[in-house]
Amino acid sequence: MSFEYAPAPESRDIVDLKPSYGLYVDGEFVEAKNTFKTINPATEETLAEVAEAGADDVDRAVAAARRAYDTVWGPMPGAERAKYLFRIARLIQERSRELAVLESIDNGKPIRESRDVDLPLVAAHFFYYAGWADKLPYAGFGPDPRPLGVAGQVIPWNFPLLMLAWKIAPALACGNTVVLKPAETTPLTALAFAEICAQAELPPGVVNILTGAGETGRALVEHPGVDKVAFTGSTEVGRQIARSVAGTGKRLTLELGGKAANIVFDDAPLDQAVEGIVNGIFFNQGHVCCAGSRLLAQESVADELLDRLKARMATLRVGDPLDKNTDVGAINSAAQLAKIRELSDSGEVEGATRWSPACELPERGFWFAPTVFTGVAASHRIAREEIFGPVLSVLTFRTPAEAVEKANNTPYGLSAGIWTDKGSRILWAAERLRAGVVWANTFNKFDPASPFGGYKESGFGREGGRHGLEAYLR
Amino acid sequence: MSERLSVRKTYKLFIGGAFPRSESGRTVIVNDAKGRFLANAARASRKDVRDAVVAARKAQAGWAARTGYNRGQILYRVAEMLEGRRGQFVEELRGAGLGKTAAAVEVDAAIDRWVWYAGWADKIAQVTGSANAVSGPFFNFSTPEPTGVVGVIAPDSPLLGLVSVLAPVVVTGNTAVVVASESAPLPAITLAEVLATSDVPGGVINLLTGHRAELAPWLASHQDVNAIDLTGAPGDLAADCERAAADNLKRVHRPGDADWSADPGTARMTAFLETKTVWHPVGV
Repeated sequence: MSFEYAPAPESRDIVDLKPSYGLYVDGEFVEAKNTFKTINPATEETLAEVAEAGADDVDRAVAAARRAYDTVWGPMPGAERAKYLFRIARLIQERSRELAVLESIDNGKPIRESRDVDLPLVAAHFFYYAGWADKLPYAGFGPDPRPLGVAGQVIPWNFPLLMLAWKIAPALACGNTVVLKPAETTPLTALAFAEICAQAELPPGVVNILTGAGETGRALVEHPGVDKVAFTGSTEVGRQIARSVAGTGKRLTLELGGKAANIVFDDAPLDQAVEGIVNGIFFNQGHVCCAGSRLLAQESVADELLDRLKARMATLRVGDPLDKNTDVGAINSAAQLAKIRELSDSGEVEGATRWSPACELPERGFWFAPTVFTGVAASHRIAREEIFGPVLSVLTFRTPAEAVEKANNTPYGLSAGIWTDKGSRILWAAERLRAGVVWANTFNKFDPASPFGGYKESGFGREGGRHGLEAYLR
Repeated sequence: MSERLSVRKTYKLFIGGAFPRSESGRTVIVNDAKGRFLANAARASRKDVRDAVVAARKAQAGWAARTGYNRGQILYRVAEMLEGRRGQFVEELRGAGLGKTAAAVEVDAAIDRWVWYAGWADKIAQVTGSANAVSGPFFNFSTPEPTGVVGVIAPDSPLLGLVSVLAPVVVTGNTAVVVASESAPLPAITLAEVLATSDVPGGVINLLTGHRAELAPWLASHQDVNAIDLTGAPGDLAADCERAAADNLKRVHRPGDADWSADPGTARMTAFLETKTVWHPVGV
C-alpha cells in the first residue's frame, strides 16, 4: 500500500526578487555592459537578469579588493575581523529561510536540503571561521601567520551559497580580501550575500561579487593583481587553472571532481547501508563532487542489497523543489541534463543494465529519474567518468583487498564510504583508500570543523577545520 | 516638581538559573569608592555553596554533551547580551571606583574576551587533541574532555577579571561555581542577569557573593567539586584551599598575578580539561 502526499509547498513570498542585479564591487552594486538571465530549472521561468562582468569589471574589483586589503582589512586586528564575521553569521541565520528558498528556485535542489543542510552549514561555517580570526597564532602555522592578499575565488552551482561560505569565511578570517565569481546558473544567493555584507557594514572592497560565465572566471584567475586562486568545479577546468597559474607565484587550491566508491561489506547493516547509498548518490540530485557514485557490494550480499536499494528508490519523490516532501529536485541546467543523459546512454551501449523506479517527471524543467546500473565493468564510462547526476553504478567484489583495489582504480580521490560492523576493518580500509574524506557507516557528512578536499586529480588543499586556514596564510 | 525617585535593584545570588537570597538571610553592605551606600549584597553561606555545587553537578553532563558549535553559539549570545547592557556595566564599574574611560575600556575588553572564548568551543580539540603514531596496527587518538564541576575564586577585577576566569572554564563543557569579587560583587550579579537571558542552561554557571575567606574553603574541600581556580584567593587562603583540594585530588589552578589586558592564551582552558586516549585495532 502506498500513501498519497498532498502538496506541501514552501512559500516563495519570503523572497523578494528584483528584475535585475548588478555586480557588487567596492561596497556598491554597479551595472555591467552585458547581462544574462538566470532561470528556475524546475520551471524554466526567468528569475532575473544578472550582470556579466567583463575584463574591466574584474580590474575594478581586484583594485577595490587590493585597496581594502592594504588600508583596512589587512591591518585590522583579528578580534575586529572576527566580529564582522560573527555579524555575517548571525545575518545569515536571521535570513536563512529566505536564502533557502532563493537557493532552491535558482538551483533546483529540494527545499528540505537547502533549509536543513545548506543554510545551517553556511551559517556555521562563518561562525566557525569567525572564531579563528583572533586565534591564528594557535592554529599551528607559526607564531605570526600573515594573510596572502587578494583572493580570486570561483565556485560551482551545486551548493552555491555553501561553496561561497567555504571560500569567503576562511579567506576573510585570515585577513585576505576576496573577489568571488558564482556559477553562471546560480548567481542569486551570492548577490543576496552581497546585501548581507552591506548590512554587516563590512568595509567596501573586502568582498566583491562578480557574476558571469567562464570568461569572467578566466579573467579573474588570470588577473595579475590576484595573490591566491581558489576554485571548486570540474577537474578539466581545474587543470586549465593550474596551467594558467603556473609560474605566476599565485597560491592555488583546487577542489575538483570525484568518483567515490561506497563499499558495502557482507557484515554491514544493510538497511542502514541502503540509506547511506541513497543519501550518497541521490542527495542534491547527485550534483555532489563527493557523491558515492560507485557502489561496491560484496558478492555474497549484492543481490539482497540491490533488492532493498530498489525498493527504497521506489519511494523517492522527484518533483517540485519547493515541496517539503520532495527528495530529488530538478537537474540544474539543460546542459547538465544532456551530459547525464549522454553518459547514461553510454552505460546501456557498453552493456550495463539500467533500472529506474516508475517515476512521473514534470513536463517543464530539467528532470532525471533516480537511476541504477548493474553489471557495470570497471572499463565502462559510467564507472570511470563523473556523471554529476542521480546515477549509481554498481560493481561487486569478493575480498576486502579487491574492494580497496577497485575503489582506488580511478584518477579521482575525493571521498569514499565504508559499510561494515567491524571497527578494525573500517580503519584497515580507511588506511588504504586514496581519498581525502572517508565516511564509515555514514555518507555525505559535512561540518565546518572537519577538513574536506581531495587526493590525486580531485584537487589539492583542504577546506574546513583548522587545516582550511592554511590555504589563506603564509 | 520633585525629581523622580529611582527603583533600586535587589542583588541576590545566582544558583541553578534562579536568583535566591542567601539561605542564611545575611547581607553585606556594598559602598561605592566614596563610601556612599550602593546595595546590600547577599552574603552566601556554606549551604549556598553546597546548593550551587548540586546545581552545577546536575547541569554538567548535559552541558558537556552539547556540541562545541552549540556551546559556542550560546556563549556568543552572552556577548551579544553583554553588549546590550554596556551602559549598565560601565555605571557599575564606576561605582566600583573606575573612571569613566577606564570603565568603558574594561567593559569593551570583557565583551571581546567573551567573544574570544566563545570561538574556542569547537576549536580547542583541534589544538589540544591529536592522532598518535603508535608502533603497531592501532588507530590511537586523544581528545580533551571537561573535568566536571569547577570552583572559581574570582579576582577583584570585577568584570574583565571575572569574565577572564569564568569563560575558559565553561566553554569546554565544565560547569562553574564562582565566588565573586568581595570588594566589588555587584557586576557579577548583573552578569548573572545576562547569563539568565542568554540560553545558558540553569546551573552551568552559579555566582555567589560574600566573604571569600568563608566560602573558598568549603568549595575547596567539597567532595563533588573536581577542580578549583584560586586566582582570586590571597596567598594564605590559597595555600589552605590547595591543601583541602588535595583530599579528592582536585585540579588546582593557581596562577601568579594576572594582566587581564594581555592575550589570555589557552592555559585557563587546558587547566580544566582531561585528555582521553582511545585505542582501536586496525585490520581486516
